[in-house]
Amino acid sequence: MRFVDEFRDADKAHALAAKIAALCEPGRQYKLMEVCGGHTHTIYKHGLEDYLPESVTLVHGPGCPVCVIPMGRVDDAIHLASEPDVIMTSFGDMMRVPGSQGSFFDAKAAGTDIRMVYSPLDSLKIARQNPDKRVVFMAIGFETTTPSTAMTVLRAAAEGLENFSIFCNHVTIIPAIKAILDSPDLRLDGFIGPGHVSTVIGCRPYEFIASQYGKPVVVAGFEPLDILQSIYMLMLQLSEGRSIVENQYTRVVPWDGNLAALKAINEVMELRPYFEWRGLGFISHSAMRMRPEYAAFDAELLFQVPGVRVADPKACQCGEVLKGVLKPWECKVFGTACTPETPIGTCMVSPEGACAAYYNYGRMNRHRVVEVSIS
Amino acid sequence: MTGRTAPDAAPGPRAGWVDEALREHEEHTRAAMSRPKTAAPEREQQVLDRIDRARRRRPKVREERITMSHGAGGKATRTLVEAIFLDAFRNPLLEPLEDSAQLHLNGSRVALTTDSYVVSPLFFPGGNIGDLAVNGTVNDLAVSGATPLYLSAGFILEEGFPVADLNRIVASMKDAAAVAGVQVVTGDTKVVQKGKADGCYINTAGLGVMEYDGPSLGVATARPGDAVIVSGTIGDHGVTIMLARGELDIEADVVSDTAAMNGMIADLLAATTGVRALRDATRGGVATILNEVATAADVSVVVDEDKIPVRMEVRGASELLGIDPMYVACEGRLVAVVDGAEADKALAALRAHPLGEQAAIIGHVTAEPPGIVLLKTAFGGTRIVDLLVGDPLPRIC
Repeated sequence: MRFVDEFRDADKAHALAAKIAALCEPGRQYKLMEVCGGHTHTIYKHGLEDYLPESVTLVHGPGCPVCVIPMGRVDDAIHLASEPDVIMTSFGDMMRVPGSQGSFFDAKAAGTDIRMVYSPLDSLKIARQNPDKRVVFMAIGFETTTPSTAMTVLRAAAEGLENFSIFCNHVTIIPAIKAILDSPDLRLDGFIGPGHVSTVIGCRPYEFIASQYGKPVVVAGFEPLDILQSIYMLMLQLSEGRSIVENQYTRVVPWDGNLAALKAINEVMELRPYFEWRGLGFISHSAMRMRPEYAAFDAELLFQVPGVRVADPKACQCGEVLKGVLKPWECKVFGTACTPETPIGTCMVSPEGACAAYYNYGRMNRHRVVEVSIS
Repeated sequence: MTGRTAPDAAPGPRAGWVDEALREHEEHTRAAMSRPKTAAPEREQQVLDRIDRARRRRPKVREERITMSHGAGGKATRTLVEAIFLDAFRNPLLEPLEDSAQLHLNGSRVALTTDSYVVSPLFFPGGNIGDLAVNGTVNDLAVSGATPLYLSAGFILEEGFPVADLNRIVASMKDAAAVAGVQVVTGDTKVVQKGKADGCYINTAGLGVMEYDGPSLGVATARPGDAVIVSGTIGDHGVTIMLARGELDIEADVVSDTAAMNGMIADLLAATTGVRALRDATRGGVATILNEVATAADVSVVVDEDKIPVRMEVRGASELLGIDPMYVACEGRLVAVVDGAEADKALAALRAHPLGEQAAIIGHVTAEPPGIVLLKTAFGGTRIVDLLVGDPLPRIC
């Protein structure tokens, strides 16, 4: 299939793998973080780690939109959805994220009207079709999805739609990366930069990682060869002692980002003073809320939101997994109490969560598998 | 912001099952935790073993209410069936949980099966709920080696449902029954108030006679060296339905694969005695069946992604939606586990039938690692293919 198979060519992968192996200095360990959950998914889905030398470890980062949503926010959303005449809309990934009283799926089974949408614009359609209902869109995601929420609000404002609002949970990636860089328990050698976030924010925001922290960054695409090539580019920088921001995903990511998208976000939203991230705690200026000019579309103002903070179950180690300190299988409850069908932590929910990816695709002994695949 | 000021959290109330799961987990791991620390690869293996034990534990429905996942054909469905239905009705005929039960009546062997049809939309490219209701039940009989003979048909109709639509559905059932060589010999009709059903639901039960006298069929009989064959392109039906719902604004030239496979299966069983197991790849797709093979026979199924026949349109739609065709339902596709030495003969028999022209050997059975389906990706890596969890959820970025 065109535009897909070119980026999954096994011969090219073998060639890149040989180059990566040649760049490894004997005795040195390399820890590279893929920030984005989309990358984690690709890595596991295509078995990309089979191509890497043992000294190169991929550490899974915090860039999974539903993984960083704290339990309290899920509870707030379910509370909103249970208000009279409310239809809540949400992306499919959000449906199984556990709150303290269960997930959206559970709330739906108990009678609240929660609907899956593929685009926030679908929520407007539902709002138009149900003038006697109040439609609330549960907005989540990094800068990748924020512009579409902003555009939806602008469209609703232009139409004068009065029964539509946003429960805004949009987060920004840079403060999370900074929190990880400042975290004492982790030593990383470089970053595979988030491709789709960068289509919006461009590559400049990562420059502090290279200049202040001395870590190379390569913004990468989402096909397996994109990621392998990005690892090669990182290894090349490391072997030459350089640390700069490079763009592997030039076919999609402009260096300066998407100004129209940034303008739309800035028109509708502003930074919150602080926001709680699941596992990472409160991070200042790390999330968006509606500007006062768009208060009419802000579900947090239109409804009473309980806003109770809920602690994660003690045994859940999502925070350590999100920061890359623990591998998914090192979490105490991984695969036993916490599984994709009954997730306790968010990392087990989304297909982009590191735990779900490992459980669904990578739950095997690599050495035994290598024997099998040779046979 | 309302009241979101205190960064110190109180442990909130939570759904009962979480506490229960954690308590159970602690009981199972207390012994393991007290052991001295070992090197990472061994520790990873210990964790994998622990998970393996957890997966083999008796299934339990933890949810308080039925969710959509319970009907998706994946893990939740299996848990529901084993923990609630099998637990209550347990008997040796039900226990194998095969597509149909095999009964001995007055010296003759017969197969009995039932299936309900709730597809939405009722009409879709390549078929409608009517031929689906005939073909699905015929296939459930045929894959157990039975010759399908008689069907029942139960209709649950919603007040206001157009009679013209019912006529179209019934005409399709009549045609499908003629093609499959079965007769509808009994039935039932119920009407419920508007809003209490979605147009038309159909239940069919099927009765067939076991004429096949080769080695008994069943996924538990798979053994290392066997070949795994699919009878054609996978995922056509599921993707057709998804697109026919019109929610995705994607159009593709793809039609449902709904068909009665009893003719093709009879040809296959006549051509070789090497068939170990046959399955009809419906909900949960081919991946679910391969997992059933791996679990039941305690073997590994190794599949080559390159060899799996998938239509370009299905692959394209799946890539766009972030779903895996391996989990997408078919309604006229056979998965066969066949003695490796007989694989070519079986493949030839399938390919000689119009429904099996695109049949392909997609993988083989090995001893290690038991209970696991491994996929060699087209990219050149390896990964496992697990049971489906919930409905295929589209990715958001």
